[in-house]
Amino acid sequence: MRAFTYERASTVEAAATAAAQNPDAKFIAGGTNLLDLMKLEIEKPSHLIDVNGISLGSIEKTQDGGLRIGALVRNTDLAADETVRRDYALLSRALVAGASGQLRNKATTAGNLLQRTRCPYFYDPNQPCNKRQPGSGCSAIGGVTRQLGVVGVSDACIATHPSDMAVAMRALDAMVETVKPDGAKRAIPIADFHRLPGDTPHIETALERGEFITGVTLPAPVGGKQIYRKVRDRASYAFALVSVAAVIQPDGSGNVAVGGVAHKPWRVEAAETELPKGARAMASALLADARPTEQNKFKIRLTERTIGAVLSEARG
Amino acid sequence: MQFDKPATTNPIDQLKVVGKPIHRIDGELKTTGRAMYAYEWHDPKLRYAYGYPVGSAIAKGQVTSIESAAAKKAPGVLGVVTALDVGDLQKGKLNTAKLFGGSEIQHYHQAIAVVVAETFEQARSAAALIRVDYAPEKGAFDLKAEMANAETPDPSTEPDSSAGNFQAAFAAAPVTLEAEYATPDQSHAMMEPHASIAAWDGDEVTVWTSSQMIDWWRSDFAITLGMDKEKVHLMSPFIGGGFGGKLFLRVDAVLAAFAAKAVGRPVKVTLPRPLIPNNTTHRPATIQRIRIGAERDGKITAIAHESWSGDLPGGGPETAVMQTRLLYAGENRMTAMKLATLDLPEGNAMRAPGEAPGLMALEIAVDEMAEKLGMDPIEFRIKNDTQVDPENPERPFSHRDLIGCLKLGAAKFGWDKRTRPATRREGNWMIGVGVAAAFRNNLVMPSGARVRLDQEGIVTVETDMTDIGTGSYTIIAQTAAEMMGVGVDKVAVQLGDSRFPVSAGSGGQFGANSATSGVYAACVKLRDAVASKLGFNSADVVFENGEVRSGNRAVALAEAAGHEGLVGEDMIEWGDLTKTHQQSTFGGHFVEVGVDIATGETRIRRMLAVCAAGRILNPITARSQVIGAMTMGAGGALLEELAVDTRRGFFVNHDLAGYEVPVHADIPHQEVVFMDETDPYSSPMKAKGVGELGLCGVSAAIANAIYNATGVRVRHYPITLDKLIGDLPDVA
Ligand SMILES: Cc1cc2nc3c(=O)[nH]c(=O)nc-3n(C[C@H](O)[C@H](O)[C@H](O)COP(=O)(O)OP(=O)(O)OC[C@H]3O[C@@H](n4cnc5c(N)ncnc54)[C@H](O)[C@@H]3O)c2cc1C
Ligand code: SF4
Repeated sequence: MRAFTYERASTVEAAATAAAQNPDAKFIAGGTNLLDLMKLEIEKPSHLIDVNGISLGSIEKTQDGGLRIGALVRNTDLAADETVRRDYALLSRALVAGASGQLRNKATTAGNLLQRTRCPYFYDPNQPCNKRQPGSGCSAIGGVTRQLGVVGVSDACIATHPSDMAVAMRALDAMVETVKPDGAKRAIPIADFHRLPGDTPHIETALERGEFITGVTLPAPVGGKQIYRKVRDRASYAFALVSVAAVIQPDGSGNVAVGGVAHKPWRVEAAETELPKGARAMASALLADARPTEQNKFKIRLTERTIGAVLSEARG
Repeated sequence: MQFDKPATTNPIDQLKVVGKPIHRIDGELKTTGRAMYAYEWHDPKLRYAYGYPVGSAIAKGQVTSIESAAAKKAPGVLGVVTALDVGDLQKGKLNTAKLFGGSEIQHYHQAIAVVVAETFEQARSAAALIRVDYAPEKGAFDLKAEMANAETPDPSTEPDSSAGNFQAAFAAAPVTLEAEYATPDQSHAMMEPHASIAAWDGDEVTVWTSSQMIDWWRSDFAITLGMDKEKVHLMSPFIGGGFGGKLFLRVDAVLAAFAAKAVGRPVKVTLPRPLIPNNTTHRPATIQRIRIGAERDGKITAIAHESWSGDLPGGGPETAVMQTRLLYAGENRMTAMKLATLDLPEGNAMRAPGEAPGLMALEIAVDEMAEKLGMDPIEFRIKNDTQVDPENPERPFSHRDLIGCLKLGAAKFGWDKRTRPATRREGNWMIGVGVAAAFRNNLVMPSGARVRLDQEGIVTVETDMTDIGTGSYTIIAQTAAEMMGVGVDKVAVQLGDSRFPVSAGSGGQFGANSATSGVYAACVKLRDAVASKLGFNSADVVFENGEVRSGNRAVALAEAAGHEGLVGEDMIEWGDLTKTHQQSTFGGHFVEVGVDIATGETRIRRMLAVCAAGRILNPITARSQVIGAMTMGAGGALLEELAVDTRRGFFVNHDLAGYEVPVHADIPHQEVVFMDETDPYSSPMKAKGVGELGLCGVSAAIANAIYNATGVRVRHYPITLDKLIGDLPDVA
């Protein structure tokens, strides 16, 4: 870990100003991802802006009947929130499927969205990695890839985004609200928030330098059966091999996003029209452009079968 | 004391303290954080500095230069010691890979430098500033690819064995099985990372470390540092697990010593978790071929087990065929091991080396064979039980109750409710049960101890034995208490100090039986000293209730000890009973699993182990060993694999996020039953090892349960869902 300077910001404006003044700065929320990466010098901020003192820790109804989740709401609190459990059960289920109790107590909404990949080569500073060191090459391709992405991959990077929460938010059509250092606010649909790796796998989101997440909004509740199914080798405390977040309506239509397969929560709205035909049709449309490796091609079949299990659970 | 005749009745047989379910006597220290592990050792008079190691970025080749100027200038840095600075060092006798020194790189993350600073954080930060140039060389990293180049290893490893004519009998057998199995590289993944503090005083050094074997470390440390063994003082009173990973000297101790010398202060070094899997040793992967031929009635007529594994030059094979020499009858048999040269990190012992991976294969093969014969797998095992070493039938087992374990286990587990493969469903779960035999040899090691009796009547045991979480402190206290006729509250136990008599140490499940026997021997000496001081005839002396009695005379122990106190010291040494008799431990593992029909995820539902391991010295600590081992077996069956990058030559998932061991949610109901038995051939304690037995066979029982649940036979561990999902029935 490199030595760094540290300050606490108590307002959004102060955080944005601090970020504008120091292009090498990083916000720190729960720190559960950032600190690990700093210890390995994968992240090397010279300055940390601690945002935990900003009052963005509440969950409120929005005017159009939706929900605004503050950037600093802890994963534990979000999962346990009464409204979330009643109206957005999918989100609650995805959250409790992630990490461990201790980590969820620290992890925040914004930090969770911005957690970085778990590609093992990314974590080993001796190995070339385009995401860690642009242009150095991808050592995962041709190597150990069982956990890595199968769709939306590029020749530069085949990593996945590891979040469970984000997959549920994708199925729920969330919006990410931000403030830029110049004070400009915007709302980014979650579909556009995470990027595919392309030639620039080190650029992971639509955020600009110093742009600060203030919260996430969800549209008015959509009802339906809300199921989050996380498939993993061990029963707890493991990242998804594949996860399926689904909101299935009584008429058989629905929203389905998949985790563990791509550089972002993977959802193809057009594929959802295949839902009435069943899991196989839906999955083959969803993963039509998949480019798996020998080690991870099982994820194709696993995705299809997990969607199948989710659909039959939804049918009850 | 020479143990060369089967034990007869002795004071241990009173079982007033030994055999009782006594909680760990060091438990309170551990639960209150007062048990000081190596890195925590703290002497307020000393000013510790912190060393942070740097590992090689390549798997094989030469270090051509190490640039450390920037690191030396970094804040708080006191010094940097590099492998090039110290030059070639002599390697410890028991190390295969060199630990430190010189330009040659033998494996990934081999230590090449240590940076010392005032704080841990400063040392870590400066370590990242070290720049290294390498001249990489091509290496061999793929066991499968190297199988053809594998050779028969050194004869000292006893690579081959045979009896009768396997080829002819196998060819003639009406029912045969031939199959290939694979087990992956595994990491010990103990809780406490390797850690050491070194403090020099002139030309003498004290090292607090985390070692299973004090004397082995002390010797190899002295060799590596090029110093006199007598000038090395090693301390390892508490150890947070080892599983074989701390049997042999490790580099944290070496780096701490060089660093402390360089900066003139005591230095702490721990291996960061991501360095451990590639820097230290691991259980090597195996590829195994098993052939079994039997009569239609299930009698085995031919059995062959071959195993391929790899290691660095000078290393040895994973002895995965060993149990097959002894476990089942069969007149015609052969085993063979082949060793390939691999440039991966050093392969070496991990809990139940040989038997653990060997039984992972053999006990699936036995299940497969039973099915081919249309027999229940327990009946098949019973049919082929043997009371003699099948390769040398004149050598009986000292005591063998595999049948008893299997029968009792079957009754307790409800084995009779087992259904045909892929026929039991509960919702989305396919349910199955599996069984496997457990088998592990009972090794014995010489072990010394010193026992003091003081004027307060306190008995103090001193031995360099280690407690790696197993309960050594407690069973040693029980042994001394039984022998001296006091309660455990009157016994103090001091372990893990090289100033104490050399013991068996902890490994190969020999620790408990050997070390308590050493304490037994020392207590016999102390009893004699007490008797002779009092002028008692030692033959009719009774030690009971804190007193020593002879005829109608009784003297309190405290009084007998007097001002000077009394001491007994001895070492247990072993005659040839292990040669005339095969000494082994046995068990039966029973497992029920559910496999998700859609995803292929396997979740264990219940586990039962029935163990026959001689006298159980303490049912609480023994049970803890077995449930821990069953957990490790669950990891081995379902999760654990060091994933090899065969291009770059290293284990990729080298931290605990990538190398998944079981978590609580993976481990459901576990039950352990010990057979009520003693083995007088094994020691005066009549006990045997149990800590590794608990692991042997578990993974195969899980594999067999998965087969019973799904009808899909997977022969390559770990049995992850990707290996099942292609063969599961259609759903939805
Ligand atoms: C052992 C382990 C297991 C885990 N398992 C899972 C799992 O199974 N599923 C899962 O989904 N996750 C898992 N996680 C990841 C965990 O969910 C994330 O670490 C956590 O959500 C990150 O939140 P944080 O608040 O701690 O973020 P931090 O570490 O504080 O920050 C992460 C990033 O977000 C940035 N940031 C934080 N707040 C803001 C803001 N308001 N605006 C802009 N940028 C911001 C930081 O600068 C940093 O780059 C696991 C983590 C660990 C360590
Ligand atoms: S897959 Fe992406 S993160 Fe992994 S090594 Fe390649 S570039 Fe790096």
